[in-house]
Amino acid sequence: MSTIAFIDTRGDKLPKAAQEAVTYASQLAGGPITAITFGDAKGLEALGANGAKKVIVARGVKTIDSQQLTKLVCDVAAAEGATTIVCVHDATGKAVAPRVAARLKAGLVAGATGLPEGIRFRRNVFSGKARAWVEVSSAVKVISLSPNSIAIANNGGSAAVEEFTGDLGAARITVKELRKAGSGVPLPEAELVVSAGRGMKGPEHWAPVEELAQLLGAATACSRPVADMHWRPHHEHVGQTGVAIRPNLYIAIGISGAIQHLAGVNQSKVICVINKDPEAPFFKAADYGIVGDAFEVLPKLIEAAKKLNAER
Amino acid sequence: MKILVLLSQVPDTTARIAFTNNDTQYDGNGVTFIMNPYDEWYALVRALELKEAKGSGSVTTITVGGADTEATIRKGLAIGADDAVRIDAQPSDAMLVAELIASWAKDKSFDLVLAGKETIDHNSGVVGAMVAELLDMPYVPLASKLDVNGDAATIERDVPGGVEVLEVKLPFALSAAKGMAEQRIPNMRGIMAARTKPLQVVAAGAISNAASTVKFELPPAKGAVKMIPADEAGKLIELLHTEAKVI
Repeated sequence: MSTIAFIDTRGDKLPKAAQEAVTYASQLAGGPITAITFGDAKGLEALGANGAKKVIVARGVKTIDSQQLTKLVCDVAAAEGATTIVCVHDATGKAVAPRVAARLKAGLVAGATGLPEGIRFRRNVFSGKARAWVEVSSAVKVISLSPNSIAIANNGGSAAVEEFTGDLGAARITVKELRKAGSGVPLPEAELVVSAGRGMKGPEHWAPVEELAQLLGAATACSRPVADMHWRPHHEHVGQTGVAIRPNLYIAIGISGAIQHLAGVNQSKVICVINKDPEAPFFKAADYGIVGDAFEVLPKLIEAAKKLNAER
Repeated sequence: MKILVLLSQVPDTTARIAFTNNDTQYDGNGVTFIMNPYDEWYALVRALELKEAKGSGSVTTITVGGADTEATIRKGLAIGADDAVRIDAQPSDAMLVAELIASWAKDKSFDLVLAGKETIDHNSGVVGAMVAELLDMPYVPLASKLDVNGDAATIERDVPGGVEVLEVKLPFALSAAKGMAEQRIPNMRGIMAARTKPLQVVAAGAISNAASTVKFELPPAKGAVKMIPADEAGKLIELLHTEAKVI
């Protein structure tokens, strides 16, 4: 009986989702676990604070080649005698977790939203409009964890980092190019999100949205029409067809709240809606609401955020 | 080029969500079922565009489901698929669906296997990857662009903070996300032609479930929204700090 966590740690700092997966795996195991990662990741020792005793890193894997990564996870699982394999339910984990499950004939919980109750894992279905409880009957379980589902443990300590030396075969996928789009917090990682829609009337009016986001330390997002009209870049589009997010705070300005938009944001812990139309459907999903014109409300929010920042 | 498109039938986006049979099954009573939008708009339409651009090849759809999915499957043929396969089983679990599809497809030499990014009911987004594993194919999730050139393909996908451009040799599988293609409405000629296109029904082999959904539930009702007058909008920031404690 042992538990391992497969995480994607590319980037300049340890991604939040990776720390969450290690925390989750170690809480499932009731003790420190082995984490598996790949690429040029640095600072992996710090995963010790989240509950890893050891981090195995396959330096030679440079891309999301899910076949190489699946072999990596299965090889480590066999060596460690792992019965529970935790992944993140993100663009990397969505390729690797199902492959590992299929290869090991293991039951998969795709997108668990918390620790199990007994042997049942909870996940969201129908775009957050319902939840399902899943039981796994196989000896080996694969759990992919939805981002922002668990508080990161920080117990100090340092993990031993080992290089994976086995053969993973040649990559069948090559990365030709990574076109960077802007900087700032990537949306799926963001705990606070300020989002705006057609109510902003044009891309030239986004400065106050960005200012509020910056004052709160939030990422910016937008609705689908705004991305489709090229007022904002496509990677900012949240909703059913865009990015699905579950931040602690979602502030929606000038977004009416169509069912497809709600599907991507209804897992946010606190939702604030600012809309001049009191009948906007978004108010039904909101925790806080302001009926008012975005151009009158935003300066007041900015002023209050500045005041709060000055006090703390 | 032989392309296989995975098609699911799902309740309409705006359908009422309720459960039956002691909360173990979705209650489809009176609900309109549709083709999963991501399978339709992104995977199927892009498959047809690739075939049309090349002027040769075939597009086959495959669905795991009962006879009640045949109207949806015929719609896929009306949009332009050449032929369709229905594996006669209830799609109760992703692994079961993937094993049934892979066992049918394994000796058919498909060059491309395209799935939508997820179904809008179960939201797992994992069947494509499982099929890829069982067919020993590379797999790229959440692709927003696909171009095939000879025996290699260029794929783009949105990743946090940018766009990743990938190259993969055929055969491979992917899941398709927004950007891949635009919706196509079937025309009368397509609808007529679909009536006589081949729809093969395959009996399902015995597959055991390693994971099963034992209960559905609705999320707890949201508390009433707290309204703040527009001229006191600044109070929202205070409340988020002192009451909701999120900033």
